[in-house]
Amino acid sequence: MRKEFLAALLLSATTLVSTAHAADLRIGLQDDADVLDPDQSRTFVGRIVYTSLCDKLVDITPDLEIIPQLATGWSWSDDGRVLTMDLREGVTFHDGTPFNAEAVKANIERSKNLPESRRKSEVKSIESVEVSGPLQVRINLAAPDATLLAQFADRAGMMVSPAAAEAAGADFGANPVCSGPFKFVERVQQDRIVLSKFDGYWNAGAIHFDTVTFLPIPDTTVRLANLRSGDIDMLERLAATDVASVKGDANLGYAEAVSLGYQGITVNIGNGEKGDNPFGNDARLRQAFSLSLDRDAINQVVFEGAFAPGNQPFPPTSPWYDKDHPVPARDVEKAKALLKEAGYDSFDVEVQVANNPVQTQMMQVVQAMAAEAGFNVKLKSMEFASLLADQSAGNYQASQVGWSGRVDPDGNIHQFMTCKGGINDSKYCNPEVDALLDAARTSNELATRKAKYDEARDILNNDLPIIYLYHPTWIWALSGKLEGFTPYPDGMIRLENVKFN
Amino acid sequence: MSAVISTVEPAEETVRPESRAWKKLKASKSALLGFAIVAFFIGIAVAAPILPIADPAATSWSVVRKAPSAVHWLGTDEIGRDILSRMIWGAQASLMAGVVSVLIAVLVGVPFGLISGYFGGWIDQVISRITDALLATPFLILAIALAAFLGPSLTNAMIAIGLSAMPIFVRLTRGQVLSVKTEDYVEGARAVGLAHFAIMARYILPNVFAPVLVQATLTVATAIIAEASLSFLGLGQQPPAPSWGSMLNVAKNFMTQAPWMAWWPGAAIFLVVLGFNLLGDGLRDALDPRET
Amino acid sequence: MLSYIARRLVIAVPTLILVSVFVFVLQKLLPGDPALVLAGEERDPEVLEFIREKYRLNDPVIYQYFHWMKAMLQGDLGISLRTQQPVATLIADKLPVTIQLAIMAMVIAFAIGIPAGILSAVHKGTAVDYIANFIALSGLSIPNFWLGIMLILLVSVQLGWLPASGYESPFTDPVKSLQTMIMPGFVLGTALAATLMRHTRSAMLGVMKADYIRTARAKGVLENAVIIKHAFRNALLPIVTLSALLFGELLAGAVLTEQIFTIPGFGKLIVDAVFTRDYAVVQGIVMCTAAGFILMNLIADVLYFLLNPRMRSSL
Repeated sequence: MRKEFLAALLLSATTLVSTAHAADLRIGLQDDADVLDPDQSRTFVGRIVYTSLCDKLVDITPDLEIIPQLATGWSWSDDGRVLTMDLREGVTFHDGTPFNAEAVKANIERSKNLPESRRKSEVKSIESVEVSGPLQVRINLAAPDATLLAQFADRAGMMVSPAAAEAAGADFGANPVCSGPFKFVERVQQDRIVLSKFDGYWNAGAIHFDTVTFLPIPDTTVRLANLRSGDIDMLERLAATDVASVKGDANLGYAEAVSLGYQGITVNIGNGEKGDNPFGNDARLRQAFSLSLDRDAINQVVFEGAFAPGNQPFPPTSPWYDKDHPVPARDVEKAKALLKEAGYDSFDVEVQVANNPVQTQMMQVVQAMAAEAGFNVKLKSMEFASLLADQSAGNYQASQVGWSGRVDPDGNIHQFMTCKGGINDSKYCNPEVDALLDAARTSNELATRKAKYDEARDILNNDLPIIYLYHPTWIWALSGKLEGFTPYPDGMIRLENVKFN
Repeated sequence: MSAVISTVEPAEETVRPESRAWKKLKASKSALLGFAIVAFFIGIAVAAPILPIADPAATSWSVVRKAPSAVHWLGTDEIGRDILSRMIWGAQASLMAGVVSVLIAVLVGVPFGLISGYFGGWIDQVISRITDALLATPFLILAIALAAFLGPSLTNAMIAIGLSAMPIFVRLTRGQVLSVKTEDYVEGARAVGLAHFAIMARYILPNVFAPVLVQATLTVATAIIAEASLSFLGLGQQPPAPSWGSMLNVAKNFMTQAPWMAWWPGAAIFLVVLGFNLLGDGLRDALDPRET
Repeated sequence: MLSYIARRLVIAVPTLILVSVFVFVLQKLLPGDPALVLAGEERDPEVLEFIREKYRLNDPVIYQYFHWMKAMLQGDLGISLRTQQPVATLIADKLPVTIQLAIMAMVIAFAIGIPAGILSAVHKGTAVDYIANFIALSGLSIPNFWLGIMLILLVSVQLGWLPASGYESPFTDPVKSLQTMIMPGFVLGTALAATLMRHTRSAMLGVMKADYIRTARAKGVLENAVIIKHAFRNALLPIVTLSALLFGELLAGAVLTEQIFTIPGFGKLIVDAVFTRDYAVVQGIVMCTAAGFILMNLIADVLYFLLNPRMRSSL
């Protein structure tokens, strides 16, 4: 018994030493990932894991420009209906099978046809994929789709081994095989996901870790404690309230990037009977509500100034932001005047909020601010599934929700603001806006698209089906011995050129 | 081992044990302290509207998460509200949640436990198995279901907490009944033809009292804390209305930045539970027929 | 006795059925659509329909129930909507962790609660009594998250003695496994210790005044022997009842403590499952917990009998 104990002690001591020599990176995540299949996955942390596991056709720069990854170059046909992509040579999947045009075709078809696929809407515009050379594909679209390249910079563009996918079917997630810098080793639900370096990686020179372990640690305080005690080397989504203490700690590093997403209040305008109320019917009330809020103060009070106040689906730092409509300053007098114009001295509005302490705190600040302009805000705290059900069924007056954000601007606006938009819970419907947003989809010219979005903003800024509040910032805390990390607005952790010093 | 608890004699019945118990209770210093603590909190809960304190919902962006000071004796919370005034206003919801839900649990649980243990047989089986089923049902599901059907209100929250705390009282009571009902004096009472109800009330209930009292005074703490998780699911008090439980819940996110946010509600819950426990101890001693 | 146990085990079957019906119906009454939660942010109608078809969410509840029951009788607990893993696998992964944590917490609760209860009963009204009560009630009122985070900050960050969080199986690394369990076990254990302490104290006070104890004392039996042999044995009854219930509750999972220490047990699993309306997982875990409670209550009843043979007739 005693001997065994000693042996175990020795064993653990030796493993400790050996892991110290091997470069093992341990990353603390806020949640556990869902299925590890890019075609089936739906969680943010899942995408973080894929970034190390699965390469994509294209990637983005921190400034949201599309750059080559597995595709080395691409061109659009004049009518915008054919995308020709040239593929990287000498890339193999983790199972040794080669990456080529056939693999791309198989992958896109899997995204379109796998019954379990969550990517269907993202690759909807693709009609067919032709293998036009061993390392060249022609992607034929039903209609021009400016958003497609950006989709290829995310899960829809992740390439899995067709052989492995064929063999595993919908169970691919139990043992994912891709072509990224790290390959899958093991996963224990709610405990860890372990990846190890893939020696055959096309860009192996930029990778400096032997293994990467992702550990879901839901509590933010505990995640930071793990970093401080050296149990992990970096963490994602540091609480904004911990920023000051991390910045002041010489042993820790810090990185941030304003996200692509937003948080706001969706107003029920035409979703069922409940949309037929003054708040949904009279845009002046919504304008008054928006004016009653001090977005800077919300950011200071709740997020210690770490987030970005906002009033549009894109953050003020985005190239798509319409500078003609800057974040409005608080104007209680004007809000009161608008309220009066609409026929009210005070107005009752019920806002549902997901039962998350930070969102609840934020909405209580909103509640207090709006009260000064005459809004009597009643908060209704709900768990997310109930909230979502009520919201999609139209059983709400206003609802505090957010959107994680997409690389292409279309993803942040089209499905929310068009009459038939899939997640238009407000059921706002304006044919003029529909026409503008549809048109913005078809052009590959940035300037043309921007003009359409700006024109739509002129209308939407008045109608306010969603009262935008702020844009979260991705915040990472790192061990001081880690260097070379670059923050990206998509919140992903790219490990190229990151190393222990 | 024969005459474990054979002291409930007819002679004692006639000297009105309540008055004797009352005297004993008054003589116990710790019981009086317990009473004083509980009375204090009930006092401030009732007096909240007339006390000269800040509005518990009044926010101030310039004093977010400030440590205790001369202006804000207990400090301020995450959106700059005065914690002292939120503690005082929150006392009402928390005490209600703590006391009423425990009363529900006791008033429903103890009779079922009595019947289950005393009659045994199929009645016992039915009650016990329903208790098992209730125990196994996750509180969360019950709470979300009630929130959806009844909507947010403190009363509904108290019902939910009471229901979920009930099985423990059924089990406790039943266990005590089982151990007492084979005693000679109970068998004797039955032999002389005393009605079941009378036997239960006179000979069995007094023996159930001690553990139930202890458990009830302990459950007050759990119930106060449970109220917060219910508000969170949309069942109890809704923000910005304060309660100690929800104040604690929020404080969890500011443990290192604003530790005082957790101190006060934590201390208040501790004191209330201490008060109830001391009072319970006094009652227990006072009602114990063996105590002289 | 054996026949009694056998009878109780047979009765467990209808109890489990009762639980399954109850929880199934309750779940179906909940607002919220699992397809909406699990389809992803875009809520693609095609995906919604696919999920509803695949998991039979469009069928009438009664069909769903019988389908589930039929599969369960063949040993198939279904597939988790959320993780797409078999529910049986999820339970097999997390049950040992949950049991390990429960045992750890109970051991700590007993080690603190029972001696403290006896001490405070024997020294009733003295400083020892007050201190024991004070500590016990602190353990009850200090929120688990507070104690947990304080411990992590002190023991792991400041002193570096134990890993801050995480879990290790005792079969792969017994030392580390114990290390990862100490703090969560302590946090859960101290809260339970209060309950055990208060009941031990109360029951001991009750029994110590009984005639046979006085008799034993009068005969000059050594004080400690009296306490342990006679008084404590009879005081055990409510403690047995409570321990069974507390252990059962621990088997249902302790979500806050698990979350703080990142222990992959039942608590977080069931909370996530309820929030995402992952019916098969909820149902599977509830059946498991129900079996746990039934077993615990049976053990309690058998212990009643062993402690007091006169209760045989009532069992």
